[in-house]
Amino acid sequence: MTASPLIELQNVAKTLGVNRVLDGVNLSIHRGEITAIIGKSGSGKSVLLKHIIGLLEPDEGSILFEGRSRSAMSPPEKKALRRRFSYVFQETALFDFLTVVENVALPLAERKGAVPEEIQRRVRDKLNQLDLHDVDHKSPSQLSGGMKKRVALARALVTEPDIVLFDEPTTGLDPIRKNAVHSMISDYQRRFGFTGVVVSHEIPDIFFIAQRVAMIDSGRIRFEGTPEDIQQTPDNEVRNFIEGLESPRDPMTGIASQSVGQQHLRREMGRLQRHQIPFSIVLMSMDPPEKVERIAGHMAIQALLKRFADHVIQNSYVTDTCFRYAINTIMVVLPETDERQARSFCRKISRTLEQDDLFDARDHTRRIGYTLSAGVVQARPDSGLEELIAAAESDRTVFYQSSP
Amino acid sequence: MISLVTLKTPVAALGREVLSLTRYLGRVFLFFARGFLLIFQPPIQFDKIRQQIFFIGMKSVFVICLTAAFTGMVLGLQGYYALVKYGSTAALGSAVALSLVREMGPVLTAIMVIARAGSAMAAEIGIMRISEQIDALKTMDINPLRYLISPRIAAALVCFPLLTAIFDVVGLFGGYLSGSALLGVNPAFYFSRAQSSVETGDIVGGFIKALVFAVVTVTICCFQGYYTHTRAEFGAKGVSISTTSAVVISCVLVLLTDYVLTTFLL
Repeated sequence: MTASPLIELQNVAKTLGVNRVLDGVNLSIHRGEITAIIGKSGSGKSVLLKHIIGLLEPDEGSILFEGRSRSAMSPPEKKALRRRFSYVFQETALFDFLTVVENVALPLAERKGAVPEEIQRRVRDKLNQLDLHDVDHKSPSQLSGGMKKRVALARALVTEPDIVLFDEPTTGLDPIRKNAVHSMISDYQRRFGFTGVVVSHEIPDIFFIAQRVAMIDSGRIRFEGTPEDIQQTPDNEVRNFIEGLESPRDPMTGIASQSVGQQHLRREMGRLQRHQIPFSIVLMSMDPPEKVERIAGHMAIQALLKRFADHVIQNSYVTDTCFRYAINTIMVVLPETDERQARSFCRKISRTLEQDDLFDARDHTRRIGYTLSAGVVQARPDSGLEELIAAAESDRTVFYQSSP
Repeated sequence: MISLVTLKTPVAALGREVLSLTRYLGRVFLFFARGFLLIFQPPIQFDKIRQQIFFIGMKSVFVICLTAAFTGMVLGLQGYYALVKYGSTAALGSAVALSLVREMGPVLTAIMVIARAGSAMAAEIGIMRISEQIDALKTMDINPLRYLISPRIAAALVCFPLLTAIFDVVGLFGGYLSGSALLGVNPAFYFSRAQSSVETGDIVGGFIKALVFAVVTVTICCFQGYYTHTRAEFGAKGVSISTTSAVVISCVLVLLTDYVLTTFLL
């Protein structure tokens, strides 16, 4: 990244009580990216986030915004800066003495020159997007944990901020909701281009939506890089941490996790190079037809992906590996298969989808249209894995489309 | 030989205590001053002040009336048996009215409001602190002092004198009930003595006390809640200690300032 970072932490240190929570943190956060901050419990992730927004001041070091230190800013500049931020608290921090609607409206209502109709409209929009119906006049204490999380998200996003800091936005949600919230954050980020910092324990799910990952350990940044980098880092401490949290199966779909899939890919590549045994990969993505506004839409897509994964497993051989490749994408590695056979595998799945509607199931997901696209590519001994995946990504064709 | 250090230690300790007390008082004063000045920052938060007046004032009326009635009755009773020895039961009205207007009214009102609203204030603000709601206000660029503390200060300044007035009136009738209706002091004497002995100065003095108690109570209770997170104890334990110390400190300070004010007002 050549552009100068939006936020830069330089040697930030903080002692709370007798604990030196941050001990010289250096971190850059780039504009328009989602940066995930991971680390053990109590390693100072939330404290770091509070330093970024200015709830805590560093004992040493400085925090630069667009190259300027906050401590050198005048009070009006600080105020203007703070308005660009939003913060989603771990424990939601909703106000008990206000109703849900008042909670979401508060950041807008307390601003000078707020027009009540405009506020109402924006609050209503956000509540609809997060599928919060019939709770307008309830107190947050009457809501379930998952609903509170969504109200907190609505309150943070209603101001249309530039920079959103999420402190464990998905902790305590079920796998489908978790993925739906991730998918929504990533979708928002693509559409509105905000800069996100997400403190999370959801490994590897968070890697699907983050462009950068930073791991904090003993008050310092132990690792900083892309999600691909962190999964291949030689640093054992970091690997142990990630692998410790990552289960071999993706919790939502039940298929293999990304790291297991990557292992298989490497093994197949080795077999191809040594014994000339061919293999193919298929990337299958499930996408909603148009923009998904509401979290129910994101949830429906995740639920469909889960169901779709079952179909893929039913149609594949024991030696095939399918794994979660991205938030909406499943990759299937087909050993001893050439491209023609791989395409027929796709057609077979497409036929089963025609016979068995993914929707006719027990749970109450909303009926939405979706598009299944697949990219098929046969590996060549001289090509690298990245090239192979890039080829599959660019070769997408729609192979099944469902109407709502 | 006693070393110099041994001699210096108690002095140094005393100095440290005095300094930390001064610093604490300074912080409390600044907390109040900021909260008070922010009342007038436009737009004035009439809605929130109204809600707090309802909470601190309106909801305290019943308990104030109850306390006032029994205080007045006891004053009537005690006064009667003290005065009857000298055959001057006619002075009962003066005795009851003066002790109510000058002392009992403002002090007992303050103590009842501390028990009812002050403790609730400390607990509510303390919970908001530990559940990061105060931090959340800051992240939304809302000044927590203006949003949470200023309306409470404004409401207390309105409510305390009014509640004190209610206390005085109800107490006077309580005295009438036990002194005249029960023990037979002539009601005409009772009320005319009450009326003639209470001067404007007494009433103004009582109101000044009420205003000072309002400031002391609301500042201490909000301050204790607001700084719950700086305690050694965390979570619910911290809030419970905040609430207890809010009640204890503000009660003690009310009685202490009462003495100081009385010496000046008399």
